[in-house]
Amino acid sequence: MSNFFNKSDLTRQDADKLVSETLNSCDDGELYLEESKSESILLDDNKIKSSNYSSDLGFGFRAISNEVVAYSYSNEISKDSLKNSSENLKSTLKSIKGTYNHEIPKSNKKFYKDINPIEQKTLDSKLEVLNKVNEFLRKKDGSVKQVTASFAGEQKSIEIIRSGGESLTDVRPLIRFNVSVMLEKNGRKETGVYGIGGRQSYDDYLKNDNWKNVCEEAFRIASVNLESKPAPAGEMKVVLGPGWPAILIHEAIGHGLEGDFNRKKTSAFHNLMGEKVASDGVTIVDDGTIDNRRGSLTIDDEGTPTERTVLIENGILKNFMQDRHNARLMNTRSTGSGRRENYRHIVLPRMRNTMMLSGNQTQDEMIKSVDKGIFAVSFGGGQVDITSGKFVFNCTEAYEINNGKIGSPIKGATLIGDGPSILKEVSMVGNDMMLDPGIGTCGKAGQGVPVGVAQPSILIDKMTVGGTKL
Amino acid sequence: MVKDQEFLKSKASYCLDLAKKMGATDASVTVGHSISETVNFRNKSLEASDRSDGLALSIETYLGKRRSSISSSNLLDENIKTLIEKCFETTKITPEDEFNSLPDKNLLAKQISSLNLYDETRFENDKKIKYLKDLEESASSENQIINTESSFTENKSNFILANSDGFCDGYKTSSFTASCVTVAKDENSMERDYEFSSKRHLSDIKQATDLGNKAAKQTIRKLSPKKIGSEKTSIIFDKRISKGMLSAFASAISASAIARGTSFLKDKIDQQVFANSINVIDKPDINKGMGSQNFDSEGVNSNTLQLIENGILKNYLVDTYNGKKLNLKSNGRSGGTTNLYFEKGNISYKDLMKKNSRSLYITETIGHGSNLVTGDYSVGATGFLVEDGEFKYPVNEITIAGNFKDMFKNIILANDLEFEYSVNSPTMMIEGMTVAGK
Repeated sequence: MSNFFNKSDLTRQDADKLVSETLNSCDDGELYLEESKSESILLDDNKIKSSNYSSDLGFGFRAISNEVVAYSYSNEISKDSLKNSSENLKSTLKSIKGTYNHEIPKSNKKFYKDINPIEQKTLDSKLEVLNKVNEFLRKKDGSVKQVTASFAGEQKSIEIIRSGGESLTDVRPLIRFNVSVMLEKNGRKETGVYGIGGRQSYDDYLKNDNWKNVCEEAFRIASVNLESKPAPAGEMKVVLGPGWPAILIHEAIGHGLEGDFNRKKTSAFHNLMGEKVASDGVTIVDDGTIDNRRGSLTIDDEGTPTERTVLIENGILKNFMQDRHNARLMNTRSTGSGRRENYRHIVLPRMRNTMMLSGNQTQDEMIKSVDKGIFAVSFGGGQVDITSGKFVFNCTEAYEINNGKIGSPIKGATLIGDGPSILKEVSMVGNDMMLDPGIGTCGKAGQGVPVGVAQPSILIDKMTVGGTKL
Repeated sequence: MVKDQEFLKSKASYCLDLAKKMGATDASVTVGHSISETVNFRNKSLEASDRSDGLALSIETYLGKRRSSISSSNLLDENIKTLIEKCFETTKITPEDEFNSLPDKNLLAKQISSLNLYDETRFENDKKIKYLKDLEESASSENQIINTESSFTENKSNFILANSDGFCDGYKTSSFTASCVTVAKDENSMERDYEFSSKRHLSDIKQATDLGNKAAKQTIRKLSPKKIGSEKTSIIFDKRISKGMLSAFASAISASAIARGTSFLKDKIDQQVFANSINVIDKPDINKGMGSQNFDSEGVNSNTLQLIENGILKNYLVDTYNGKKLNLKSNGRSGGTTNLYFEKGNISYKDLMKKNSRSLYITETIGHGSNLVTGDYSVGATGFLVEDGEFKYPVNEITIAGNFKDMFKNIILANDLEFEYSVNSPTMMIEGMTVAGK
């Protein structure tokens, strides 16, 4: 755990005093201190292309009165710097007053260990794995023309100080291992990408030569795409595979259920609470409490313990995801969803691990039921316009379905749909729920945070596929 | 106040001296300071204010052909020392790479001319509030507008780039950005759109009322959209989308993508890649330009580059490392393009709209559907159906798809180029793309 006060002229007592003074007449706020250490090591084009280490330290001071949020940050932890921030906050809120809200739920559960993954594996052994990846893939097949492999590791220590001297801390490890391979055959080039990660040490993910499985999967995706034909264009049935394709849920439903957009009534879901928004059998939760997952948090960035929030239960909209600010203004409680990229950013309600739970049908049944459609197995990324509700995501591995059978692979295409109605088009829910491999980063208002997704196979009766073949 | 050159120079030389003392054969360092103040409004009242004050340091150390880097926001001497030690230890065990080196000395920028990139005017938060009040007042004057959100950001930055070959220079820049997002609603739909203005100098920022009016107008016209059928058609890209095509093109001609062989434009130098009426230029020395620079992120002098001449690819964007790999000299594009633009075409906007009896006008795309390895393009889109030069009705929940190789050869540009951003394009038409809808 970082001690934020031992290298500064600022003592904990000074900080407590200044926080209490500043927030006294406000509705909410806190001092957020953060120290992060991160590394990235990249092999590309047969060489170790870069090895970067980065350390960052700073604080963010927030004061909230009524609907107004004042925020000030600095990367200098000192008496002067904190005083300046305090003055800055007071001047913004000079004419607005509130009553400070002290209540924070407590929990002793931790969902990951206090480790520093960067120091748990030597640089030499990381370089060795990257070189093995390169060699393995290039030897595997003559069509391999480019290999990129990388390690990214981080340890982030945070402390939240509230008015009255209350302090909450968390240490968050995070790693990611990624392989990308480009194949060239008969003048065509295609890439395949696969990665794994989470909140454990590198070796927890790489034991038993697991790096080979990551290579095989990236190679497999690229090989499939070398044989791909132009994708169809138009409305059709879509079967989604389990796991990572749940970014459909993240984009189509998740963002629209974040508290801020609903308080402001700019989400297509704001007036649908308690209404049927999905087919029977569709249950979606956002869960920050799964051990060691990329999207899990022991406490959120406001100090609230995370939880498993039921968003949609058997088709009915049950809850939005809330941070303290939006919860207070909407007269409800925080769901432990207050997150920020780092001390430079304000807290927003965000997703953690967003999951559609299993039903009882099989993927086979789904494929067999489709005369003409596509089977989408893997995706690149997605995006949503939360106001109109329209969302997209990009297939990176997909196949035609003809007369109940999986046919040729098709080229990457964008799929587009309407968030509030898409889940009503879900006609089958599989029994094969799977978590994603631990690679997701969600962007909102310029802030990226690590997230997870999960789902079983599902059949969607109608979606627009953005191919080129009419 | 943003830290002055003297402070940043002293930190930079402290780093270089230390790296040398530890045994680094070469080193390069960037020290920057940035202060930024933002005020946010929502529905005509103050929603948030945000002040950020940040120092940033990045160092690269070399031991012959070995290299590694560190970055930090903590500029205490003691911390810098620990980091450089760590960096140099890492350098020692990082494998050699024959292409690693500082830029060639004779390519480094020598004379720094003023490009007028810094406006010291301080726009106090009270003035920002007044601006945003006016903006939201005009944005919400139509009753279909149910939500307005706007912000004003003032940023002042300064930096020094120094390396062990004696390069040591930097300069201040400023930016002022006003933006507005509006939500409109009718019985059938709720839609969002935006408008923004970002300038080096405060006096060049658009009028608050113009910005608000424009955002509102662009949002209201999107209400009650229809979905259209799937077809091949001609597509007109609004300026804010057509400039994205240029950005995709720039990524595909970066020396890194070319050297790695992961670009659909590899080996296309001196070949036709655009329609022969097309010229693409990257000009770093535009007065007050949003993308203007005196030198690139390695200190290399950057001159105007003609990237496309009469449809033919003339230059890649070359940095030192990838240049050495490709046997090309750096052209000062480490860090990418500067002020990138299509030269204007010779047909008016009005005539472009009328060129076909029916076309689709795209105002927004969503998704990350550009594959620069294959050139395949497929994105979600929002826009308007155009008949006989007029907007007929708004369209959404469709995708548009094609391949850049074909799309680039079918581009027709209007003559309405303006220099607003760091990437600028006239309105653009591409015929024969696939629309997927109903």
